[in-house]
Amino acid sequence: MIVEAPASPLARYALRRADDALILGHRLSEWSAMAPTLEEEMALSNMALDLIGQSRALYTYAGEVEGKGQSEDDFAYMRREREYQNILLVERPNGDFAQTMLRQFFFAAFAYPYWLAMMRSTDATLAAIAAKSEKEIAYHLRHSSEWVLRLGDGTAESHRRLAEALEELWPYTGELFAVLPDETALIAAGVAVDPDTLRGEWEATVRAVLERATLAMPSGGWMQQGGREGRHSEHLGHLLAELQYVPRMIPGATW
Amino acid sequence: MSADLRERAWAAAASVSDPEIPVLSIADLGVLRDVRMDGDAVEVTITPTYSGCPAMNMIQLDIETALAVAGFAKVHVTSVLSPAWTTDWMTQEGRDKLRAYGIAPPVGPAGRRALFGQDVVACPRCGSTHTSRIAEFGSTSCKALWRCEACREPFDYFKCH
Repeated sequence: MIVEAPASPLARYALRRADDALILGHRLSEWSAMAPTLEEEMALSNMALDLIGQSRALYTYAGEVEGKGQSEDDFAYMRREREYQNILLVERPNGDFAQTMLRQFFFAAFAYPYWLAMMRSTDATLAAIAAKSEKEIAYHLRHSSEWVLRLGDGTAESHRRLAEALEELWPYTGELFAVLPDETALIAAGVAVDPDTLRGEWEATVRAVLERATLAMPSGGWMQQGGREGRHSEHLGHLLAELQYVPRMIPGATW
Repeated sequence: MSADLRERAWAAAASVSDPEIPVLSIADLGVLRDVRMDGDAVEVTITPTYSGCPAMNMIQLDIETALAVAGFAKVHVTSVLSPAWTTDWMTQEGRDKLRAYGIAPPVGPAGRRALFGQDVVACPRCGSTHTSRIAEFGSTSCKALWRCEACREPFDYFKCH
């Protein structure tokens, strides 16, 4: 019943983007009923819902491209940890509120220009998914950057926590720009976007918000990698255990 | 004959209301994209407002039920993503219904806003534009929570999207 990695580079590409969205959406959903205020409760759940919705469209498309009858549920529930190819950033535990919001900000500051650029993809379905996603991610970017400002330029305690989050999460930002060997042909064909072309905009957004938040922009440094090749931190396995438990215990369950 | 059937099928599908905002029909909302007859089968096309809108499955079921009640045995509902839904597709009638229901309709045409920009939203109760945003994310994906500084009432705003 285990679903193997698709053979088609396009399906694999869609799957990687779906994995980013699902894992980050799942992480945000862990805040449900735990958020500090009711407004934030709704914001985190709304963002989780957007991301899980985006992952569903991408998984469904990966299944169509591969053509072996795999559904969105097969990809989400029936792949092993090593078959997940999300970047390591999105599987980072929620930590405190500063870590959750900075993780969201780093991701959204990339995803926003990424989906805007993907609206011009030569692949009509990816372009359509992009047109929906960019509007949703624009809200995530705005919401998370407002929190980065509030925490960084807030009290001594909130500043300290954001500074700690920055130190911890920064090494996970390099993987946002990773390109796998099977993606270069897709980029050349205009199906996929070369993430390196988005680096300038990402850095400008991050620098502007961090500086207003009274934090210095880190420069380069050693970067974590491995998620795109399926080499994950210990955290993903625990997340998948919760995500996949019911469909594995009771295959085909409906309610 | 078939034009007549199509009219009846459209009317049945268009009678379905949004489960989250029951005052709006899916036609008012612009979610109902197309209704076509293929022999005696009805092909309905809908489009989601937001990627994760949890109402879509229910809307699909409601369309199938409404068409079955109207006498159509074979119904096929497809969800399409392109062109992406925007609040521009909401009818004027839909906007008026929203306001009467206490939800401020989307302001102006959908478009890109500056990162820290904000709309000017009129209170659906007293009409004052002396309003402020409480939270960008509301009880559903499509709404934000606002407050009127003139009449002091909180209200939902259907986000421009």
